[in-house]
Amino acid sequence: MSLQLDFPAVMERWPSFLAGAALTLELAFFATLLGALIGTLAAVGRGSRSSLIAGACKVYVEAIRNTPLLVQIFLVYFGLASLGLKFSAFTVAVAALTINVGAYTAEIMRAGFEAIPRGQIEAAEGLALSRLQIYWHIILLPAVEKVYPALTSQFVLLMLASSVCSQISAEELTAVANYIQSDTYRAFETYIIVAVLYVILSLVMRAGFWGLGLVLFPRRRRLGTPL
Amino acid sequence: MGGHLNINHLIFLGQGALWTIGLSVIALIGGGIVGFVIALARISPLKPVRIASAVYVQLVQGTPLLVILFLGYFGLAAIGLKVSPLTAAGASLTLYVAAYLGEIWRGCIQSVPKPQWEAAEGLALTRTQRMIKVILPQAIRIATPPTVGFMVQIIKNTSLASVVGFVELMRSGQIVNNSLFEPFAIYAIIAVTYFAMCYPLSLFSQRLERRMGRGRSNLAPA
Repeated sequence: MSLQLDFPAVMERWPSFLAGAALTLELAFFATLLGALIGTLAAVGRGSRSSLIAGACKVYVEAIRNTPLLVQIFLVYFGLASLGLKFSAFTVAVAALTINVGAYTAEIMRAGFEAIPRGQIEAAEGLALSRLQIYWHIILLPAVEKVYPALTSQFVLLMLASSVCSQISAEELTAVANYIQSDTYRAFETYIIVAVLYVILSLVMRAGFWGLGLVLFPRRRRLGTPL
Repeated sequence: MGGHLNINHLIFLGQGALWTIGLSVIALIGGGIVGFVIALARISPLKPVRIASAVYVQLVQGTPLLVILFLGYFGLAAIGLKVSPLTAAGASLTLYVAAYLGEIWRGCIQSVPKPQWEAAEGLALTRTQRMIKVILPQAIRIATPPTVGFMVQIIKNTSLASVVGFVELMRSGQIVNNSLFEPFAIYAIIAVTYFAMCYPLSLFSQRLERRMGRGRSNLAPA
């Protein structure tokens, strides 16, 4: 057994690594935004009085949570193609990741909604707040505040899962690595560098969400509750 | 291209599904053993052990499984070992599952009420006795629902082993697709198969969780 590592040969390609890392962050950013939106809608939908809407949302959540992301990506990729629609790999990747993370976000948000005491909603009704005001001030914002830590780790996991998009050749970090290793024959070194980059990306995302939490939930900061 | 989906294709997909289950079991057992050690190391009285295990967990949880699989596959080759895709996938999944199960189980061990530790200490049990006779039996009860839930993640994540050439369900689907070229139909079949394997576990985990919730509320003082 002998191990010889040659990092300089791989590090020459640092612009490609950086471009891949940037695209990974970009993928994560769009999928997080859209996924948060879809997930919140699905969570609201599951509590709907119409059993059709509630049922559809439940089917969506369970179908996504019980199948692998890799399969979902291929289904979206070939599904859109068989409908005759041509999109860039990036768009397909964002779509698939959004559909995926939306289902997990829905479950987290539902837990947040369920943690809102009924009495607070009744109190808001007593104060004659409109339905929209109740949803926004009494239900949505406090629920997000409660589940914020779970939501943010979900989004960090999404960023890591976006590596799977390399399989439909979206040019993100793992796809760049696959290309560089087949070009330089330095597979082990390449993936070590990529692993380090992913660890840095997740630390950056965690720090970003932590800072965002301080800005979004000043009440929490005053109370001194850890995020 | 080459004809329609026939019984031989379905048998091939079925074999892939069996390998998915096989690889999941390997990952669960391997990851469970290493994960248990990680969980204990995370709450060890020795600081270096605590730090080392925390670093391990942070590194693995900050890296995508896909990259860990590539590292396992090419890393073992780089130190001169010729490994089969099964070995590489099994080893990588073990490392990955261990980090997550270790954290889940650490949480479960630490959620055993503090007075239980103190009472066991008051009975002059050693640390090992306290762990085995008092804490772990209660922790296992708490840990069962999340562990069953995590098995769903393991099954889904074995699909990534297809990228290092291990012929489980996903890879066998890709192979069938290469000869038929009906990707949407084939990946739909594969999605349904994964769902059939995962959904019963999800339901079971939810039921366990509800039952435990009820059990706890019964125990709570009025």
